[in-house]
Amino acid sequence: MVFPQKPEEKKLVYLDHAATTPTDERVVEAMQPYFTEKFANPSGLYAIGRDVNGALNDARRSIAQSLHALPDTIIFTGGGTESDNMAIFGVARKYIDKGKHIITTTIEHHAVLHSCEQLEKEGFDVTYLEPDSQGFISPKKVTAALREDTILVSIMYANNEVGTIEPIDDIGREILKWRKKHATKFPFFHTDACQAPGACELDVEKLHTDLLTLNGSKIYGPKGVGILYKRRNVQLQPIIFGGGQEMRLRSGTENVPGIVGLAKALQLAQENSQDENMRLIDLRNYFWDRLEKEIPKVRLNGADLGLTRLPNNLNISILDIEGEALLLYLDEYGIVCSTGSACTSDSLDPSHVLLAMGMPYEYAHGSLRFTLGKTTTKEDVDYVMTYLPGIVEKLRQISPVNLTQNPKENTHPKYHQR
Amino acid sequence: MNKSKGASIRDNQGNSWLYSDTVKEHFFNPKNILFAGEEEDYHADAMGRVGSPACGDEMVLWLKIDKDSERITECKWQTFGCGSAIASTSMLSVMLSENGGMTLVEALNVKPQDIMERLGGLPNRKIHCSVLGDKALQSAINDWFRKMGQHDRVVTQGTKIIDEALNITDHDIEEAVLEGAQTLEDVQKKLKVGAASPESVPEIEQLIRFYSEKYYGETFI
Repeated sequence: MVFPQKPEEKKLVYLDHAATTPTDERVVEAMQPYFTEKFANPSGLYAIGRDVNGALNDARRSIAQSLHALPDTIIFTGGGTESDNMAIFGVARKYIDKGKHIITTTIEHHAVLHSCEQLEKEGFDVTYLEPDSQGFISPKKVTAALREDTILVSIMYANNEVGTIEPIDDIGREILKWRKKHATKFPFFHTDACQAPGACELDVEKLHTDLLTLNGSKIYGPKGVGILYKRRNVQLQPIIFGGGQEMRLRSGTENVPGIVGLAKALQLAQENSQDENMRLIDLRNYFWDRLEKEIPKVRLNGADLGLTRLPNNLNISILDIEGEALLLYLDEYGIVCSTGSACTSDSLDPSHVLLAMGMPYEYAHGSLRFTLGKTTTKEDVDYVMTYLPGIVEKLRQISPVNLTQNPKENTHPKYHQR
Repeated sequence: MNKSKGASIRDNQGNSWLYSDTVKEHFFNPKNILFAGEEEDYHADAMGRVGSPACGDEMVLWLKIDKDSERITECKWQTFGCGSAIASTSMLSVMLSENGGMTLVEALNVKPQDIMERLGGLPNRKIHCSVLGDKALQSAINDWFRKMGQHDRVVTQGTKIIDEALNITDHDIEEAVLEGAQTLEDVQKKLKVGAASPESVPEIEQLIRFYSEKYYGETFI
């Protein structure tokens, strides 16, 4: 059994940018002074504290500007997960006497899903909307699920696994209409936008969102820092208590270098984003063309390769082989990607997103996600295509499975035993 | 809680690979494969198949058996599955055919733990991969017994219904434990077992303890 010969010099081709991105050097540079030189606690009343507090507020203003929001609506947190938790628990606990119904989707990040599951244990009623086969949540489905006791709707902006971009502005508008018609300020609308910067509109007025989550680690910023945008009329019950920082909503000494870095990263993500998106779309489509031509029995998962999909996302299923085995082989050649196969999850169930889209288990187990980044080149894609087809062929040779079916359909494939 | 004796899936001791060197060797250089397309020409004496692509693992074992000595002279295989599944089948094929080959009686005594030990341990969540190899072997040997007309030697997995309301068997509970369930609550989360028939709870707990000991060497309840 011979796998493709390894290159003399192992190259690293990182194609897991939806998991996390390297920190941009310009971001690191902006953060640098706040570790040793400008180290003071921004709550300090003395000059060096006031100086750091100034930097904190500059960052807040800069981020607010990117969202077309007011600075006092930006709350700094410890990352996307915390922001999601804060939005969901914050609204639920603050407005518990106004209603106990929450609407979300089955394809959310676990930061949202597990928070909602916890609220169910605390007596809340949660409606989980199902996407269509490409991962879209229709605004109509959202309005149909709205009730008088609905206090929160939480729907992600762009899906981290399959890259589907949800019609957040349309959903926001429908919720706005509903509120007007029923003369109520509920439900509030939250979106987890961690995957969106650079690729999507972030103007909260155009999106009609009341709460919006962002983090640093997906946008070439630092890890462990995020924001929650919170419209002025929304109140939150804090989930972290202490010294009363961040308008009493998120206690704890601010992660100043992280916050400065996040502001810089967001600013960079918005700059020249159009050119970069065009480049990524071309590169991603080139990748898919080659995959489709050179590897038999491959299918594309998620939205069509158009404007409603993140420019850098390619999620595919390769039939008859298992995703984790493939991932580990690719890793040997320096190619880094991720899979929705069960073997990488704790539950032994494959990706909840792929299953929610109605994909049969057989396909989900063989899924691979490639997410390109700003350093990804055509040479990188060619490098992957030098080795991937050979690895697939070998793994198929040792596999007893031989599925045949039009891979575009979401039904169980025909299964042939060898 | 770390219930694994082998490599841990998220090793916080600084080891960068989640599998042992032996697992890696058998994953990257699997032994005794029967390549797709060569099945018919191989003329195996017995064949066993377990799993399905839908559940994420499928294994097929082919055996050549010396009729007089009942020794396994050759063992070939194919596997659809993750790194652990491929490595487990590869190791099993080596264990069965090395040193002149095991007798069928010896082969039937191979336990999932034996495969794991030879592999230098598997991460907890991967233990079911070695169990599958064990089941494929049982199925292949049964095939041989049937062909030889020795139907009394065929071992089928007896299943016992534990929860009549939901038609849940001891086998379902075994699977739940292999998937990481440690307590009655964990198992109920997966199977809803015992919800409608509380009288079955003591037996369920006993089975959880039995399978936890069998596969992990300890119990958690």
